[in-house]
Amino acid sequence: MLNPELKLNTKLFDKNVEQLPIRQGFGEGLLEAGEKNLNVVGLCADLTESTKMNLFADKFPNRFIQIGVAEQNLASVASGLAAMGKIPFISSYAMFSPGRNWEQIRTTICYNNRPVKIVGSHAGVSVGPDGGTHQAIEDIAITRVIPRMVVISPCDAIEAKKATLASVETGTPVYLRLAREKTPIMTTEKTPFKIGEAQIFWQSENPKVGIVATGALLYKALEAAKELEKSGIESLVMNLATIKPLDEKALISLAKTTERIVTVEEHQIRGGMGSAVSECLAKNFPVPIEFIGVDDQFGQSGTPDELIEHYNMGTKDILKAVNKILKR
Amino acid sequence: MEITDEKLVELKEKANNIRISLIEALIVAGSGHTAGPLDMADIFTVLFFHTLKHNPKKPDWPERDRVVLSNGHICPVLYSTMAHAGYFPIAELKTLRKFGSRLQGHPHRDFLPSLETSSGPLASGLSQAVGMALSDKIDHGLTSDRRIYALLSDGELESGQTWEAAMLAGKEKLQNLTAVIDRNNIQIDGYTETVMPLESLSNKWLAWNWHVIEIDGHNIEEIADAFEKARAVFGKPTVIIAHTIAGKGVPEFERDYRWHGNPPGKGPTDKVPADKQGEVALGELRTLGGKIRSEHQ
Repeated sequence: MLNPELKLNTKLFDKNVEQLPIRQGFGEGLLEAGEKNLNVVGLCADLTESTKMNLFADKFPNRFIQIGVAEQNLASVASGLAAMGKIPFISSYAMFSPGRNWEQIRTTICYNNRPVKIVGSHAGVSVGPDGGTHQAIEDIAITRVIPRMVVISPCDAIEAKKATLASVETGTPVYLRLAREKTPIMTTEKTPFKIGEAQIFWQSENPKVGIVATGALLYKALEAAKELEKSGIESLVMNLATIKPLDEKALISLAKTTERIVTVEEHQIRGGMGSAVSECLAKNFPVPIEFIGVDDQFGQSGTPDELIEHYNMGTKDILKAVNKILKR
Repeated sequence: MEITDEKLVELKEKANNIRISLIEALIVAGSGHTAGPLDMADIFTVLFFHTLKHNPKKPDWPERDRVVLSNGHICPVLYSTMAHAGYFPIAELKTLRKFGSRLQGHPHRDFLPSLETSSGPLASGLSQAVGMALSDKIDHGLTSDRRIYALLSDGELESGQTWEAAMLAGKEKLQNLTAVIDRNNIQIDGYTETVMPLESLSNKWLAWNWHVIEIDGHNIEEIADAFEKARAVFGKPTVIIAHTIAGKGVPEFERDYRWHGNPPGKGPTDKVPADKQGEVALGELRTLGGKIRSEHQ
């Protein structure tokens, strides 16, 4: 059952579950952050509407800087603003930032210890028809490897808003991973959120498997948990919104309880959230793990549903992985 | 600010002492860059001992001007200048590039917090300086009193990020921003015009709506005058193209790109044998008596 303490969206399994793009939550969060904190500034590389930074830009034109198609400059200009006490949010598609400008993020932001917030929209294959060039499925790997970087992958628009507001306060570089498509709303305004804290969204009395998901695919994991319950398999589903710093305590506790883990992410298997989980568990409490994610391939055009299915990241793939791991 | 004759003598001597200290540091380090640090000594001297609003005893003073060194590999001249200005003891220069030293091979703020930025990978300094200038523009408008200085090499202009930053600075009319290009015509693989021609350099900056000043980068008065003129330019950032002689101050090293990335003792040996390079360099500098000749004099 859904964890009642988290005050999740009770209608989340309804056929007409409310859906919103995760990036919308960022846009609203940044607007609110801008109202609360005069040091918040926004910079964008010609994708202001697409990344929903337009809400901030329209309200605070004096604190918005249009950089143009120049993502390397985007990162380093933000570093300079942060050096003067600003809290810059930089937005583009994840493929271009932190994709194209990785070294600038590493050196001028993280090595320099500047609290720039890197907002990568359009992450994952569910970007859809734009095709593989625009589908960032390597971004978690390249951001979590940089010292000082906090990596957050919110599961829905409401969590994205909270993550945006929380990012203002960290004093560190943050990577905020967003998705383009409308995705189901799983949380509510009342659901607690804290950077670095994983949450158990789906509980059961006698769980045999722990499913750890990040981003919008968390919904597929919850669907899978519901299906499993019908066939008498109890599970726990964890929302791992913060990939770095990793909530090791919660993960170890999950592994001890379930002794089997399935990770679910819309990202390359290699280097992603599942890798982070396995690094932690291999060291602290080794258990069998199955990884749901893109298996060393590039994306392509299609509808989000077609692509999720093609790359084996759907509900039935999670069920398959669970059945497989139960036999290990 | 007018430079008196007395001040001029003082600055020339200072520049020479900065050169001596950086060569001494490079000799002890056994690795590092020689040509750029030597040729930028006069500009660093004018900046830190005449132009800049700063307080070495209070490096985090919020009102200070900002200096962003983009080509971090010339840090021996930055460190030497900062030491002579009083940011840290001159004796500490001998720790350059050693384990645990505050003076990392390329500047790192974690080790030396009085640095405005960490640098090494080329061409991101102008962007950071643009960000600093934009911050003041957001807070105080175009007439912000504080100056932001970006120090660039010519070789790094081959990287596109410089031009991304130049475009933005022109668009935003950042009159509080002054960039200085060390136009020494060399880079690690050869002469810039062989590796990748940069000319016509001034026209490139003019095209992005910058005010361009060309100077002799070893003429103290010209350097100081250019920084002053930049303050008076309205609605445009200023770039000072400083024509310098690579390796300036040690005639045996001058104009030779092979001195870009080598310290005395490891440079080309056709003019001076390796084991004499340190001695020759210090000998030349110690007898200059603060009288670096400008090429145009």
